[in-house]
Amino acid sequence: MITPEDRDRAAAILARFREAGARPVAAEILQPAGTLLDLYGEDIRARAFTTQDPLAGEMMLRPDFTVPVVQAHMAGAADPARYCYAGEVFRRQESDPDRPREYLQAGYEVFDAADPADADAEVFALLHEVLAPWRPVAATGDLGILIAAVAGLTTSPRRRAALRRHIWRPVRFRRLMERFTGRSVRPAKRAALLAALEGVPPEDLVARAGTMVGLRESGEIAARLDALREDAAEPPVARSEADVLDTLLTMEGSMAAAIGPLRDMAVDLPTLGPAADRLEARAEALARRGHDPAALPFAPARNRTAMEYYDGFTFTLSAAGRPDLAPLGTGGRYDALTAVLGGGRGVPAVGGVVRPGLLAGLAEGAR
Amino acid sequence: MIRLGVPSKGRLMDKAFDWFGRHGLTLSRTGNDREYAGRVEGAEIALVLLSAGEIPRELAAGRIHLGVTGSDLVREKLVRWETKVETVARMGFGHADLVLAVPQVWIDVDTLDDLDAAAAQFRATHGHRLRIATKYHRQVREFLREHGVADYALVDSQGATEGTVLNGTAEAIADITSTGETLRANHLKVLDDGLVHASQATLFRSRPAPWDAAARREFDALRARLGTAN
Repeated sequence: MITPEDRDRAAAILARFREAGARPVAAEILQPAGTLLDLYGEDIRARAFTTQDPLAGEMMLRPDFTVPVVQAHMAGAADPARYCYAGEVFRRQESDPDRPREYLQAGYEVFDAADPADADAEVFALLHEVLAPWRPVAATGDLGILIAAVAGLTTSPRRRAALRRHIWRPVRFRRLMERFTGRSVRPAKRAALLAALEGVPPEDLVARAGTMVGLRESGEIAARLDALREDAAEPPVARSEADVLDTLLTMEGSMAAAIGPLRDMAVDLPTLGPAADRLEARAEALARRGHDPAALPFAPARNRTAMEYYDGFTFTLSAAGRPDLAPLGTGGRYDALTAVLGGGRGVPAVGGVVRPGLLAGLAEGAR
Repeated sequence: MIRLGVPSKGRLMDKAFDWFGRHGLTLSRTGNDREYAGRVEGAEIALVLLSAGEIPRELAAGRIHLGVTGSDLVREKLVRWETKVETVARMGFGHADLVLAVPQVWIDVDTLDDLDAAAAQFRATHGHRLRIATKYHRQVREFLREHGVADYALVDSQGATEGTVLNGTAEAIADITSTGETLRANHLKVLDDGLVHASQATLFRSRPAPWDAAARREFDALRARLGTAN
């Protein structure tokens, strides 16, 4: 349950965010389900409460603030902008009945294209400061590195797009890589289909296949048959490039120590060069704000499955010695989300939230 | 006294009675056909006749100790079902497979890999997610999440699901099929790896039911009879 003390704590955190230059914003608790479903897919149904409005249709109890805040900003506010908020979010708990279904979040979001590295550091440092009495343990990641690596693979645009689409789904990502590196066996049925396509226009094959039913039309089936034929002729992704991806997925160390190896890997995948530059700029920005990058744990793929919209810097701030507890603070960069919700017009954005309700049971560290 | 829940009518009830009969327990209905009461001869077990769809809920609430129902119903209706019930015996009847099916004419789609790729293409072409009609939302969603399939939408269909594709309200379906006949008649085919769950009538034990010493003794005796003592 959200206690009056939790609300006081959230209000104090919000006051600090305002002091840092953010404008407070509100968001409705009942959000149209359509936007969230289009963004997250059906999986959101396992995480958010759904309800029915007789006029507006299917609604969801706000699972987070980021989406409505981004929507409000993209609807016409000028950049740069800084926003803050505090209020309830609602999450279904299907696997752990002890986790709260409603709790407070206090958040800080920055829409600013001027210096993304500094904006990353600003959000991290501010959340760290707010949580400082509880001596949070930081961990960082950067999904932008994974995305850059995929963009640099020497293979067809279609394969790169498939991998990019599944950055957040490790199981499918791995299966795709197995297929693209030639490590998985082509099923007999698929081999037969490809043989049947030899010298035959795919449209003819579709026309012979039976009754057309449903919205997916023969032209779409034919187009995908073409794609399958082209893909079968595509050489496998080079071992050296696949190894780089594997390394990135398992790499763990400090942020400072990651920059050198990334530059080395950029020899095999040149798109990693700019990603390494961004990481280095962020490390410097964090150092300027008093966070030593040599002491910050870093794993590129960290928080890969947390939220589907992070596509750059990610971080968590956790309670020391309490792995059972959700992180006290989380955040990250979500440039692509602003473009999706802004109808194509995007703006670099980064933000984070603190969970005041988790602080109640924690002793403040000896300072 | 142990309370045993058994489906209250139809073939499922008859077959459950037969199954217990083969294991030396005679189950019978008492009173007339409209009265949902029964008895068990030769054991301290009370027979509770319920709709098969209600048995998962009664098991989870601990109001019955044991219950016979389809394993698909337990999975659909109980979140984290393993924590609430234990499988005592698969009974070998009431087979029904929950499968994913797509139009036969989709010759480019044989597997979940293909379905995922077709869903991405469909969304890019039509501007909305590929619709899968089903009544079994939880199982289908969990199955597709486990396999990393994206860009689909589940649309609710409580009956005549096989017809939704023909009627243009869905592109694919997930439904229970025992023969595949209806699927073929509606120009659909099952994906090669599209078996979501192979369901059958199953005897479940409720974990939260009051298992006092007498109930435990009775259950052990029953287990010995069923040959599933552990």
